[in-house]
Formats: sequence, C-alpha cells, structure tokens
Amino acid sequence: MNVLVCVSRVPDTATRVEIGADGKSINNNGVKYILNPYDEYALEEGLRLVEKNGGEVTVCTVGADVCVDILRTSLAMGAEKAVHIKSEETLDSFSVAKNIAEVAKSANYDVIILGRQSIDFDSFQMVSMLGEMLELPSVSMVAKLDINGTLVTGERDIEGGKEIFETSLPAVISVQKGINEPRYPKLPQIMKAKSKPIDARPAIETEKYTSVLSMEIPAKQRVGKILTDSDSDINELVRLLREEAKVI
Amino acid sequence: MPNIEHHYMEGTFPMDMIPKMGEIGLFGVTIPEEYGGAGANYTAYGLAMQELERGDSAFRSFASVQNSLVMFPIYTYASEEQKKKWLPKLASGEAIGCFGLTEPDFGSNPSGMITNANKVDGGYILNGAKMWITNGTLADVGVVWAKLDGKITGFLIEKGMEGFSAPVMKGKHSLRASVTSELIFQDVFIPDANRLDVNGLRGPLSCLTNARYGIAYGVIGAAMQVYESSVNYSKSRIQFGKPIGGFQLIQEKLVWMLNEITKAQLIMQRLGRLMDEKRARNEQVSLAKRNNVWMALECCRLAREIHGANGILSEYPIMRHANNLESVKTYEGTHDIHTLILGQDITGESAFM
Ligand SMILES: Cc1cc2nc3c(=O)[nH]c(=O)nc-3n(C[C@H](O)[C@H](O)[C@H](O)COP(=O)(O)OP(=O)(O)OC[C@H]3O[C@@H](n4cnc5c(N)ncnc54)[C@H](O)[C@@H]3O)c2cc1C
Repeated sequence: MNVLVCVSRVPDTATRVEIGADGKSINNNGVKYILNPYDEYALEEGLRLVEKNGGEVTVCTVGADVCVDILRTSLAMGAEKAVHIKSEETLDSFSVAKNIAEVAKSANYDVIILGRQSIDFDSFQMVSMLGEMLELPSVSMVAKLDINGTLVTGERDIEGGKEIFETSLPAVISVQKGINEPRYPKLPQIMKAKSKPIDARPAIETEKYTSVLSMEIPAKQRVGKILTDSDSDINELVRLLREEAKVI
Repeated sequence: MPNIEHHYMEGTFPMDMIPKMGEIGLFGVTIPEEYGGAGANYTAYGLAMQELERGDSAFRSFASVQNSLVMFPIYTYASEEQKKKWLPKLASGEAIGCFGLTEPDFGSNPSGMITNANKVDGGYILNGAKMWITNGTLADVGVVWAKLDGKITGFLIEKGMEGFSAPVMKGKHSLRASVTSELIFQDVFIPDANRLDVNGLRGPLSCLTNARYGIAYGVIGAAMQVYESSVNYSKSRIQFGKPIGGFQLIQEKLVWMLNEITKAQLIMQRLGRLMDEKRARNEQVSLAKRNNVWMALECCRLAREIHGANGILSEYPIMRHANNLESVKTYEGTHDIHTLILGQDITGESAFM
C-alpha cells in the first residue's frame, strides 16, 4: 500500500504571532515553525497502514526552501521519501491542491491522507479540492479509519455527533485529532532521515482564486465581571462558577 | 515533564518512562545499531541529555549511567558474548545497569578502594562495599570496579548473585526522583566471563570522561528550564505597578543567565564535535563539567530570587533543579577535583596531595 501524506509548516502553537510590515503576512522574526499538529496524526495513520499492509509512506509539502525541516521531521517519524514542491511565494489553497494533485497523478497512491486543517490559515479545503481534482472519493474529519483490501470504513465527526462512512480505495482522507497517538521520532530514525531522498521540484503555475488583502490580530476583549462581598453576589458567584464556568 | 514533582516529593523514579526512553533510542545513543543502540554521534548524545535534564536530573542521571557508565564499558571492554547478552536489553530498557566505583571511604580518591577480587577456579571472589550508586537497587547488571592483585579491574555483577545485595539509600534532599543505593559484596562468585578487559584507573576514567561530557551538556537543560520560567514570571508578575521584568535589576539577572547559557552551549557544541572526531581531551571535558554545573546552579539561584516566594514552591521547577544540581556538582568528580585536574594540566604540578 502506497500512502501519500500531505504536510505543512505552521507557526508553533506556543508562538505569539505578529503581523509583518506589509500588513498581510506573518512577521517571521523569532517565530518557531513546526509540522502542522494535525498532519502528525495523518502521518501516524499512514505509517500504521504501511506497517500493517506493507508499502511506503511518501510525504509532500508545498512551500519555501525552509520547509525542508518538516520534511526531515516526517522522514524521522518513518516516511520513506519526500516530495518538496518549492515556492517562495505563499500560494492559495487552490494552487497548493493543484500542485499536490500533480504529484498524486505521477504515482499510484492507494490513499492520500491529510490533517483536517492547517492551523495557520484554517481553510479546511485541501481534502475536498484534492478529491475533486483527482476524481477520487474524499472524506474529511475522520476520527476512526479501517482499511481492508480496498474497502474503507470509519467514523467522522459531525456537529453534535458521529457519522459512519464507507468508501473504497483510492481515496483522499483528512483526519481528526485523536485518531491515534503520533509517535516520537526515534533517535536512529532521526539519523537515517538525513540521508532519505527529498525530491525537490518547482511549483507549477496555476490560476489563483484568493489573495490576502490584509491581516489583523483580533482585538482582545476581556469580559470580566466584578462582584462584591454582598450575600447576593456570593450566591451569584457560586451560580456562575457552577453554570457558566462549570468548574464546581 | 508532567508528574515529576510527584515523583520528586515521593522519592520515586518514574519507572514507566524507562521503556519509553528505550524505545526512542535514548539508551546506547552512540552504540552501533547491531547491538541495539542508536548509532548516533556524541553531539546527538549531548543534546539528548540536555533535553532529559530539562525535565529532571533524575532522567539524565539514569541515562548517563545506562549510556556512559554501563553500555560504554560493556561495548568497549566486554567479550562479544557479554555484549550480545547485555547491550540489546540495556538499549531497550528491559535491563537496567549501574556503575560501582565510589566507596564509603573513597570518593574523590578511587584508587584507594578497598573492594577486592581474588582469583579462584573458574572465576573470582569479590568482597567489599560501594556507596552512592545510582540505580543500584534497580540494576540487573552492574559494572563494578575492584582491586585484583592491587590493580583496579572491572567486573560485571548480576542481580541475584549469591552474597550480593543492594539496599536503597534514604533521606536525600537532592535527586530525589533518582534511586541511589549501596552495593554490598560478601564472597560473591563472579565467573571468568564477567571480567572486563581493562586494567588500572584508566578503565573507570574512560567511562567517567564519557559521562561527564553528557553531564556538561545535560545541565544546560536545567539552566534553560529555570531561565524560561524566570522570563515568563518576570513578564507576568506585577509589583510597583509594572511587570518586574521592567526593572533593571531583574533584567540584569535574565541577561546573566542567557549570557552564561549561550557560552555553555558554545562550549558543548565545540566539545561535541571534538568528541565526534575523537580529539577531545579529558581536561577539556573537566573544564566543561566544572563550568556548566556551576553556571546552572547560579542560574537556579538567580531564578529563585526572581520568583520571590513562589520560587520555593513545587509549582515552579526552580528548587527541584537547584537541589538536584547540588549532587551533580559533586558526582563525577567534584567541582574542586576538576579544578585540580585543570590546574595540573596547566602547570604540570599535581596539587592532589
Ligand atoms: C546522588 C549521587 C549519585 C551518585 N552516583 C554514583 C554512581 O552511580 N557511581 C559511583 O561510583 N559514584 C556515585 N556517586 C558518588 C560520587 O561520585 C562521589 O560522591 C564523588 O566522587 C565525591 O566523593 P565523596 O562524596 O566521597 O567526597 P570526598 O571525596 O570525600 O570529598 C569531600 C570534599 O573534599 C574535597 N576534596 C577531596 N579531595 C581533595 C583534594 N585532594 N584537594 C582539595 N579538595 C579535595 C572534595 O572536592 C569535596 O569538596 C554519586 C553521588 C551522589 C551524590
């Protein structure tokens, strides 16, 4: 079974993000970048499929030269090969999907796995776009996945409940947090990752459908409540802690 | 590092971490893969120690013993059979090792050791006692140094050998999450196959050089942890109407820490490369151990001050690291012993006696 896992490079969740001087990009100064946390679940799911069924995992990213670090991390987790589609400019979702679709067409992947979203731009679009471009079934937000032969069954999270689905390979799947527990890279694998192949190619030119006009940090609003030591306020405090904050 | 405060307070080692550490390759970092090791270099080993000690010196101490004081001598001085028997299990964490050099009456001066081995048919009879032995009680195998015909020789002691016991030492205020033990040998028979092929102080010293390198890298992790806690605290603690980080005296402390941590990192980056090129000298390792442990302890002291009263609480990692580092300053050659090693190297004059 050959698996393609799409990964992206995003600011660390612990970083305080600032807007750059152009007003429409992130100021990279001092920002630490990491492998998108949802993609770790995607990669882990891919690795488990390969461990069970044989084959190999290829990881793919679209992005600038610096993205090679998340590819090495993915290779250290156990992917065998990486494809780096290089673009110094930040592409829109359509352009990224088009580029990944090209990679997918050039090899016969049984399944393409992605994280449910990139935590930087949160577009949630990749899985559907890839499904459409490749004319493959696509399932998003998968919380449980079973693949037997070409039969794919699983569960996906929907508002207020779960949906049980069935489809067949080849397919494009985006995974939800908690589908598995991603492994830590092992030291020997980290060493080996240095010599695993990364196939670098330039991004193809595509139409663009979105452009970022400006970025803003949402204004912080603190909705504090001030209560006094009167009996009625104390009762109110207990009620709020119980009903609103739900901590007691 | 969740749960470490609990283990520190209870005086227990988090045993569930052992197989996990083994699985990601933290035991036998520099040992070839054919023996279960990670086959990585000393720079990688050092960085691994740094991250472990950022959690707690107990993890780094465990890993230092397993890597440098047990797997290294078995790999370097034991027979092929012993290597095959022990190294894969030690690498996975299935087996735990310990290193017995220090005795109740011989610490800085190990060549005076009393523990001795006598040749008998098929092996040796060991008598004596070791003290302050990390992981002694937990260990399945021990690299123990004893005098054979007046010369220091290494032996592999196995758990369950008749006449061998390893009671735990209680009442520590430092490295509380690490197990420290005595080793007692009463007419313990050790088969010929368990003797290491090395003679003299050179044997244990080669292990110590390795371990000291890991310690010198490790303590930077503790320093980084207390520094980070200090930065966060100074930004959020308000006194006299502004964050304490806005006062020059606090800034000076933060700058001192960052400055010293950066210097220590540079020393280790260079020393790591020298280790990888097999060009590092023992004295260079002494310099790094001596400087970096001192530096990490000073960082703890400054961090404690910056945190005010909160600095003594277990909610913050400061006192735990500070207390741990007091042991680290003493073990593997005390700060002062390293001064003497360096003093002798510089002047050619020994000031030991
Ligand atoms: C938590 C912990 C774990 C340990 N784990 C291990 C282990 O796993 N295996 C092991 O073998 N050992 C272990 N040790 C022992 C450690 O290596 C010794 O404690 C250390 O070598 C110092 O010996 P000592 O405590 O006997 O001090 P001493 O040698 O008695 O020294 C006391 C003081 O005198 C000073 N001093 C000694 N000689 C001189 C001199 N010539 N000139 C000037 N000053 C001098 C020392 O610097 C020190 O300040 C451990 C110790 C601790 C605390």
